Amino acid sequence: MADEKSGGTPLLEASLVIEYPFNRTTGPVIGAFLTGLREQRVLGIRGVDGRVVCPPTEYDPQTGDPLTELVEVGSEGTVTSWSWVSNPRDGQPLDHPHALALIKLDGADTAMLHVVDGEVATGDRVRIRWADEREGLITDIAAFERIA
Amino acid sequence: MPPADTDTDRTVSEMPDGLWSMPQPTVPAPIADVAEPIQRIRVPASMHYRYTPGTAPTRFLLGLAEKKILGERDPVNGDVYVPPRGMSPVVGLPTTEQVELSDHGSLAAFCVVHIGFGVNAPPTPFVSALVLLDGAATSVYGTLLEIPIEEVRIGMRVEAVWVDDAELTTSFENIRYWRPLDEPDVPAATLQGHM
Repeated sequence: MADEKSGGTPLLEASLVIEYPFNRTTGPVIGAFLTGLREQRVLGIRGVDGRVVCPPTEYDPQTGDPLTELVEVGSEGTVTSWSWVSNPRDGQPLDHPHALALIKLDGADTAMLHVVDGEVATGDRVRIRWADEREGLITDIAAFERIA
Repeated sequence: MPPADTDTDRTVSEMPDGLWSMPQPTVPAPIADVAEPIQRIRVPASMHYRYTPGTAPTRFLLGLAEKKILGERDPVNGDVYVPPRGMSPVVGLPTTEQVELSDHGSLAAFCVVHIGFGVNAPPTPFVSALVLLDGAATSVYGTLLEIPIEEVRIGMRVEAVWVDDAELTTSFENIRYWRPLDEPDVPAATLQGHM
């Protein structure tokens, strides 16, 4: 675009990227959780009151005590809440419209946030669709799918 | 474990025993026994954006594409600013006169970089430099190569090493790096007081 103030010279414009290559340690609890995902298993952790927190936290959400008893939970669960994403942006889990949902996995007493591929309603049963290549990240769960 | 990355995994590629401050949890058998449990993750954070340099930097960048370094003169005190921002930071008036500068200058400040970063950084250690171009009142940033680090000194004369003409773009990266000139140093005192 020509601009009076630039003496008719078109202004330059460029696409730039600024990126920080963060490389962080996980700690033993999150590390075990991520290791489990790589092996297609989901771990929670038993809280002081006996409830299972999933994803696991390092400290009890109520008392702050360190937690140490990791337990395996199911790969199916129940949607407790959801929100519809009609226009996904770059970097979102799926490139087509999807639901972001809170999912309480069988055996867990808390819900985890993840993506459901397809329409969903509170109370629906869903199951994990694993990524083909898993490396120990939350994206090893490609998405959840409704159980028909 | 992610593959080794020599840029960012410098010293802590293995977690020593006892590193964590929290107690070791018990892990169910199928997970406890796997080889190479996850101990660290790579989570890059990036921003993608459109950059518009504005009128004066556009003039400067268009000059670079022709291998010219164009500063702009302060209308009051006559100082030449490079890269130009279109106005005088001293008196607040627009700069109007373009001045072509030499690609020779003097080393105004430097730093020896031991921790590399970014895709364009040379191998460490290297010298990061501020060069005061002849005739300019502000210095430009670059990398100083072709000299042993212990011989680098403020006041030494340097020149730009450009990319091949066929590779010239509207980018300051047209100047690949700076290298020593075989000329006597200028007194460091003459480099003081510049922005």
